[in-house]
Amino acid sequence: MERSILHVDCNKFYASVECLYRPELRSLPVVVGGDVEKRRGIVLTKNEVAAKYNIKTGEAIWQARQKCPQLVCLPPNFPLYLRYSRLARDIYARYTDRIEPFGLDECWLDVTGSGLFGDGLQIAEEIRERVKFELGITVSIGVSYNKIFAKLGSDYKKPDAVTLITKKNFKSIVWPLPASDLLYVGRATTGKLRNCGIYTIGDLACRTPEYLHTVFGKVGYMLYAFANGLDAEPVCALGDTAVIKSIGNSTTAPRDLENETDVKIVYYVLAESVARRMREQGFRCRTVCVSVRDNELVSFIRQCKLKRYTANAKEIAESAMDLFRQNYTWPKPIRSVGISCTDFEHENSHFQLDFYESYEKRAKMESLDKTVDTLKSRFGNYCIQRGLMLSDAGLSGFNPYDDHTIHPIAYLKSK
Amino acid sequence: MSRKVFVDVLIRQDKDGKITPLAVTWEDGAVYEIDRVTRVCRAASLKAGGAGIRYTCRIQNQETYLFNDDDKWFVEAKN
Repeated sequence: MERSILHVDCNKFYASVECLYRPELRSLPVVVGGDVEKRRGIVLTKNEVAAKYNIKTGEAIWQARQKCPQLVCLPPNFPLYLRYSRLARDIYARYTDRIEPFGLDECWLDVTGSGLFGDGLQIAEEIRERVKFELGITVSIGVSYNKIFAKLGSDYKKPDAVTLITKKNFKSIVWPLPASDLLYVGRATTGKLRNCGIYTIGDLACRTPEYLHTVFGKVGYMLYAFANGLDAEPVCALGDTAVIKSIGNSTTAPRDLENETDVKIVYYVLAESVARRMREQGFRCRTVCVSVRDNELVSFIRQCKLKRYTANAKEIAESAMDLFRQNYTWPKPIRSVGISCTDFEHENSHFQLDFYESYEKRAKMESLDKTVDTLKSRFGNYCIQRGLMLSDAGLSGFNPYDDHTIHPIAYLKSK
Repeated sequence: MSRKVFVDVLIRQDKDGKITPLAVTWEDGAVYEIDRVTRVCRAASLKAGGAGIRYTCRIQNQETYLFNDDDKWFVEAKN
């Protein structure tokens, strides 16, 4: 049986929600952006009016202001966006239990078994109307027989529109689109495709899978399947959670980091958050990965394996500092750093004891960590801190644990 | 565009959890009794800005929308 899959995309989500609450701003160019004072001033979303000034998501707010001096810049209100995202999903859940979120503002819905409410197109129209009436924001919806074409459909016509892509019409709708519109075709792949003379999705679809395999490896087969509508990836059921493969935090510092002490302070704050999040999941990690970006936006990533599994902030921060010292010679001051941990095992797993290390000390550290976690969850993140943090409260005064609750999502979950 | 006015609302919650608004206290302190709630649905208020559970109320023979947005109540004022 042919599947019926919807991809619902909330148009200009953050800006739409802000404009809903502030009707006086609706006719003005509005962007939602980070804090300029804290040097996180990039455009997260813009509304339709701002889009007319050619303001792009991801560009600096000062650049946007050059294009449009009367620009209204609002700080993000993530709890509000999370609430609207949940309300939108509540609407989708009236039609199906197969709802797979892709970020806050996008969802795939499998409505193959929802015939009671009509076919895919009818359900899409109804959802579009309902979201507009109940939440006051617009969505664009792609209806198709696989997830990839459904996503292309939701981008095809916006805002407030429904696009149907069937096995009959996909060649005329999908194939003329640029290859870069396809999921997993980013800047690097687009360049490679161009070198092979592939510009559109149609060009890609007409190559043989073997040819694409020789150029791109196994991704070649995937791209071939995507372009020809052969993707058979299922839509996950509501409440399914993906296996967590890594936990990380990063930050742009409020001022450039000039020396090792500065870096150490920031790494400790990040490691505290990462370690606490790992302990919450009952994980210990064995690989620590650091990212460094200097003030000219040149960045690199390095990772190392630890001697044993750990969920202790000090061990993670120290190994991050070791990695950093080995790989950075201070050609320039640093703008942003990050830590992520991968290669997990469960905290109840067996582990190898060491002749040269006291197990009691380790057990004590673990129970200390747990106590600190409890204190922080009861009295807030700043109720207990390392002495190091007080040496520069400006640098350590951020809270990655509570401030970054929106996590990136991958399409290929099991691969 | 109309003005968004947050109001105090007297509600009755029955044993099943159902909420019925009974009276609204306006910003000048005047209390208006709700004669009847004719419709309850989720809706956005594009005029005042916001969204929530919308109660269509009859107050002194006039139809008024009363919104419950995340447990805060507001109405669309005429000016």
